[in-house]
Amino acid sequence: MPISRRFQLLEQREINRETFVEPWPEAGLIVADSPADPQPSLRVDGGLVVELDGRPRLEFDILDYFIADHGLDLASAEVAMATPSIDIARKLVDINIPRAEILRLASGCTPAKLVEIIRHMNVLEMMMGLGKMRARRTPANQAHVTNRREHPALLAADAAEAALRGFAEIETTVGVARYAPFTALAILVGSQTERGGVLTQCAVEESLGLELAMKGLTTYAETLSVYGTEGTFVDGDDTPWSKAFLSAAYASRGVKIRFTSGTGSEALMGHAQGYSMLYLEARCLIVTRGAGSQGVQNGSISCIALPESLPGGVRAVLAENLLATMLGLEVASGNDALASHSDIRKAAKLMLQFIPGTDFITSGYSAMPRRENLFGGGNFDAEDFDDYSVLQRDMQVDGGTRPISEQEALTIRSEAARAIQAVYAELGFPTITDAEVEAAVLAHGSEEMPARDVVADLAAADKFLPGEQTILTVVRALQSRGFEQVAANLLEMGRQRVAGDYLQTSAIFDRNFKVQSAINDVNDYTGPGSGYRVSGERWQEMQNLPQAKSPRDFIAEQIGTPCVRLAELGPAQSGVNPEVIVAVGPAFGTALTRTINGLDHEAVLAAILTGVASQGLVARVVKVYRTSDCAAIGHAGAQLSGSGISIGLQSRGTTIIHKRGLARLSNLELFSQSPSMTLETYQSIGVNAARYALGQATTPVPVQVDNWARLRLIVKTALLHRHETEQVQDLPPMEMRFDWEPDF
Amino acid sequence: MTTKLLQYPLRENAAETLKAASGRRLADVTAESARAGDLSMADFQISADTLRAQAEVARQAGYPQQASNLIRAAELTAVPNAEVLRMYNTLRPGRATHAELVALADLLEQHYQAPECGRMVREAAAIYQTRDLLQK
Repeated sequence: MPISRRFQLLEQREINRETFVEPWPEAGLIVADSPADPQPSLRVDGGLVVELDGRPRLEFDILDYFIADHGLDLASAEVAMATPSIDIARKLVDINIPRAEILRLASGCTPAKLVEIIRHMNVLEMMMGLGKMRARRTPANQAHVTNRREHPALLAADAAEAALRGFAEIETTVGVARYAPFTALAILVGSQTERGGVLTQCAVEESLGLELAMKGLTTYAETLSVYGTEGTFVDGDDTPWSKAFLSAAYASRGVKIRFTSGTGSEALMGHAQGYSMLYLEARCLIVTRGAGSQGVQNGSISCIALPESLPGGVRAVLAENLLATMLGLEVASGNDALASHSDIRKAAKLMLQFIPGTDFITSGYSAMPRRENLFGGGNFDAEDFDDYSVLQRDMQVDGGTRPISEQEALTIRSEAARAIQAVYAELGFPTITDAEVEAAVLAHGSEEMPARDVVADLAAADKFLPGEQTILTVVRALQSRGFEQVAANLLEMGRQRVAGDYLQTSAIFDRNFKVQSAINDVNDYTGPGSGYRVSGERWQEMQNLPQAKSPRDFIAEQIGTPCVRLAELGPAQSGVNPEVIVAVGPAFGTALTRTINGLDHEAVLAAILTGVASQGLVARVVKVYRTSDCAAIGHAGAQLSGSGISIGLQSRGTTIIHKRGLARLSNLELFSQSPSMTLETYQSIGVNAARYALGQATTPVPVQVDNWARLRLIVKTALLHRHETEQVQDLPPMEMRFDWEPDF
Repeated sequence: MTTKLLQYPLRENAAETLKAASGRRLADVTAESARAGDLSMADFQISADTLRAQAEVARQAGYPQQASNLIRAAELTAVPNAEVLRMYNTLRPGRATHAELVALADLLEQHYQAPECGRMVREAAAIYQTRDLLQK
């Protein structure tokens, strides 16, 4: 077959590094509506569920039992199961139906019923539903902070910067499990250096995670994984009962808990049993609710590439987020694990959660470079911070972060690194040197950090975990080394742990250390004008990109001393001799003195006149006052020209060759790309205008096209045009004298 | 909305009456007491009473399962750290015999006055038996 250059190029695009496969239901490679998925059904006898989605109680697996006995609100079930699924789907997008009514209905829905509701919904409708059903009114975001060398000063600095950027939660993990207590400590101290109330966690094996929480080193736990089939659940070394016990254990120590589930995990672990990913996820979510977790991290998470390999995969991920909110769960909506090679695909997928808003838009925005991410690479990284800020500003959508200045970042990074240095010194851990602190302030990744004695660090961490030192020792260390505010924040975190307000659904702390949850900040969206709106100070901070400039001094470079060699004589007369008229705009040489790319107006004029003169003709210069439009300036000049030929020249440099008799917006040649113009171009334009005036065959002047010029310079172009338009007056074209002699 | 729900957040609205698991009043968890070395981890720990109050907040806000979890959490405040870890591991699949799970339920109910946790373990024992998840 002959090779198409276009298909060859397409094949090399990032998107084609992905795997795309056809559905294979028997292997669980189907996102929704597998032939094996059951029909919704629920039979209750004397308060006991005796049939669930077509399966009699005697054939229940562990998930069925748990769902039947803990997950369903039987008081709501009769009405919910009798309501046609399409009616519930319609209620989800009906702004007149409040969130509470959907919560009541969904609480009585079986997994198959939930999936049937989704079947009627497209992505846009699900986004509407998600915006309404999100539990917390105010959206937020979570960051991941790790580094390959598990460097404590860098961890603390990155955590502080993430807090400054507005992340409400920070999650870390470890490459070497023994580092966990030190890593958790660094994240905690770093985050609380910036502000009190950032919730932190360290994702490790369940028992170790609980130990860290008991020591006061973490405030939430989110890696309580649940799976949609019994085989997968057991392979994950848990049951719904052990997970429920664990969640009570965390809560008993004042730790916020969130379960984790997501489409694809069962297929990946070989136990999908032919069911669709979405049906299995619906089971997970009802188990999560039944266990009493306040929320869930879902949206396929680390399995994301699996649903994405299948048709409708990204839609199914949105669907699982929506289902979780319908069950009243806080949702940390994925977008954390690396999901695509293609930036277009990543950004498009993000929009499904970003635009409606979720409790945490990402369940881990990688606040460092990808190579430092011990979760296996983030979908969005430190390199994407500015992109993310711009998306918020573009759409006036709160993605849970804010732009920051370099100075703010360096200040807080320094303080956090010094705080953890002080803690290490006071607690007798291996020293963090001043050189390490200095490196951590400026570093982007851990390769810029001095090496540490890994053996000594690990030995100290081993001793710290079972030892007597706790978060209280850390507080005293910070106090005695003068980090009073950090100590105060840790102390307040301790008081908050005693109060337990952040155990409630969707709880975070705002910048004033006030709890914000589905109890006191409940989503009350009921259509336009209701619910969360970006406004006031929050909108201001989202707008304030450090790289945003005041447009007022954008054109300073184009304003100089008025050209002394250019003088106005009086109203211009029509010419009779062969000549070229150079018609300039009303600001030319006066209100503006340079073109958009900095060419002096006098030099431009000299170049044009040189070109005209080279063909043995003379040019007259006139200034057009009644318009600032390039074509109209040229057109006015052509009416005065003895030859009928004119060159219209706007002050910003845009040029036209016009001819009497042509329509105003027509032309002989147009040079709309003023930023690409050089003095050579202007001279060539003079040559061509003269040749037209002499009736000679003429090849158009070649123009350079820079496709990015418009993007780069559109604001400047607009302001230059505005400045020229301000000079428009109701005056006839004026004859100008230009003090210039040809060189030859 | 009832009075209890209006108290949320407790940190702001019930700060005067809140006590840590140690019995120390929240108002006495201060920078000075920390500096003086007067605090222990129990002063940073939530009490059973407060967990029950949060359970009531959750129940009234329409989160009954979460309320049950907070009740179980209230019960587990009486169980030492290492013991909680041991109990959790006992509940993992294939770790315990039926008799061991029943003994755990008895321990929770009788020694720790944790009836809801006990009930949950008893339920697990029965279902693990049905689903062949007991220690072989």
